Amino acid sequence: MHVSRYINLIIMHRRIIFAVAAVMVALMLICGCTGTTTDPTPVEKQQLRIATTTSLYDTKLLDHITPIFEEKYNAEVLIVSAGTGKAIEYGQRGDVDVLMVHDRAREDAFIADGYGINRRVFAYNYFVLVGPESDPAEIKGMQPEAAFTAIREKGMAGEDVVFVSRGDASGTHSKEKAIWKGAGFNYSTDVQGSGDWYQEAGTGMGATLTLTNEKQAYTLSDIGTYLAYKGDLDLVALVDEGDILLNVYCAMEINPEKYPDTNTTVAKDWVNFLISDDIQKEIASFGVDQYGQPLFYAAQDDWEKIGVTEAEVKDPIA
Amino acid sequence: MYEIVEGFLEAIRLIVTLDPDVMAIAARSIAISLTATIVASLIAVPLGAAINFGTFPGRKSLINLIQTLYSLPTVIVGLLIFLLISRVGPFGFMRLLFTPTAMIIAQTVLILPIMTGLTISALSGVDPVIRDTLRSLGATRLQFLVNILKEARFAILATVAVGFGRAISEVGAAILVGGNIAASSFASSTRVLTTAISLETSMGNISQSIALGLVLLAIALGVNLAITTVQHR
Repeated sequence: MHVSRYINLIIMHRRIIFAVAAVMVALMLICGCTGTTTDPTPVEKQQLRIATTTSLYDTKLLDHITPIFEEKYNAEVLIVSAGTGKAIEYGQRGDVDVLMVHDRAREDAFIADGYGINRRVFAYNYFVLVGPESDPAEIKGMQPEAAFTAIREKGMAGEDVVFVSRGDASGTHSKEKAIWKGAGFNYSTDVQGSGDWYQEAGTGMGATLTLTNEKQAYTLSDIGTYLAYKGDLDLVALVDEGDILLNVYCAMEINPEKYPDTNTTVAKDWVNFLISDDIQKEIASFGVDQYGQPLFYAAQDDWEKIGVTEAEVKDPIA
Repeated sequence: MYEIVEGFLEAIRLIVTLDPDVMAIAARSIAISLTATIVASLIAVPLGAAINFGTFPGRKSLINLIQTLYSLPTVIVGLLIFLLISRVGPFGFMRLLFTPTAMIIAQTVLILPIMTGLTISALSGVDPVIRDTLRSLGATRLQFLVNILKEARFAILATVAVGFGRAISEVGAAILVGGNIAASSFASSTRVLTTAISLETSMGNISQSIALGLVLLAIALGVNLAITTVQHR
């Protein structure tokens, strides 16, 4: 009984094979179509790949200035927001054209190793130590180093004091380590793993602030991201004065001698765009209408104050 | 509680009004995962058939290996593909990192074992009487395969659905090789539903997360519902 059915099927095999072939062709067409739409290189638009510290992204500063650049230079900007440590890693592997970071010591090493060239400083602001309004470690108004010491002391003593670290090798994390060092502690032995009071988030600034808020803990944040998130947070800025809290943002090209297919033309355009008068004004005014104060300051006229050379803030890359 | 209710209502509004951001991310998710599923099917079905009907030494161990790889962690696949396609990696010259193509490759690799394994199960589940009949009637290899595949079509369809479901719902590989980029053009962006939910939640944009989550849920459940309906017809 089944037999006749299968005889028929085999007789009709031409139709079946045709149907299967048709389906295969259709699948390949779909494949081909999505293949072309996902092709990342439109004919005349140049692509610029940027790895950035999360603060420039989470504050939406880059969302604000990118469209201006894209229109002016007929380019497409692809931004990977990753924290300074990861951004530098992407830069070393040649996976991006431009870095936007804020960790002077590691930038210097990156340039010395031949990976980065043409650093330009385009913005700065300050770090703040934020925490719950109740301030259980009583650090309000202290110098950063003294505040860190107090948090550690109370935390080690088992009081309800928690410090959340970025813990992701970001620029902010580097700054935090520098403050611990300034306060006289050895980061890896006295701080890291010294108790439940010290917790590493391992994520970006915005996410770390959200986490710190949930735990009603303390954390170090750049002022820009803190202000951008403040509306959703029950955290207040407790320590915001001290030279060590200065936070300087730079952009640099990946060295085309290391990676010849780096998109140098657009990379140069981008860095020069950031230090141009118009964009310096955009940076200085960004967020004022929404947060009542700027999230970043333009570097252009304050180069002495932030300890960089005039050429680094003003001279366009040739 | 207020946050959840408020977020939910806003999410419904975003979906009903076809919010362009939400729709673009959903469309991109579908495009990437569907492409990966098609590519994986084109490899897994013939491969599964070859393993099922083939006789070669180590066949059992191979099937065991494939089944072990069902639980291949997504971040491991992400890391592997990252190392292969990063500029300094062996395929770095193709400049695929942080592109949708990279995500398609990662998702294809991710779902290949489970799709191959389930294809083997689907084909070995075909009634032996049918196989014997086909053989005794002198069917050619191709005729034999086509008819067995036809017989197992619902099980294979389910395999495809499982593959698609795993591809569209994974986040680990997508974020490592895609980079969660929101570019101005649809084709250059690599932000998909899962990576967008992860980002929006960490940024405190709860309603956006819920909206994206509902869309993802609808797609994942919808595909399985469609398959089940077809199977019961």
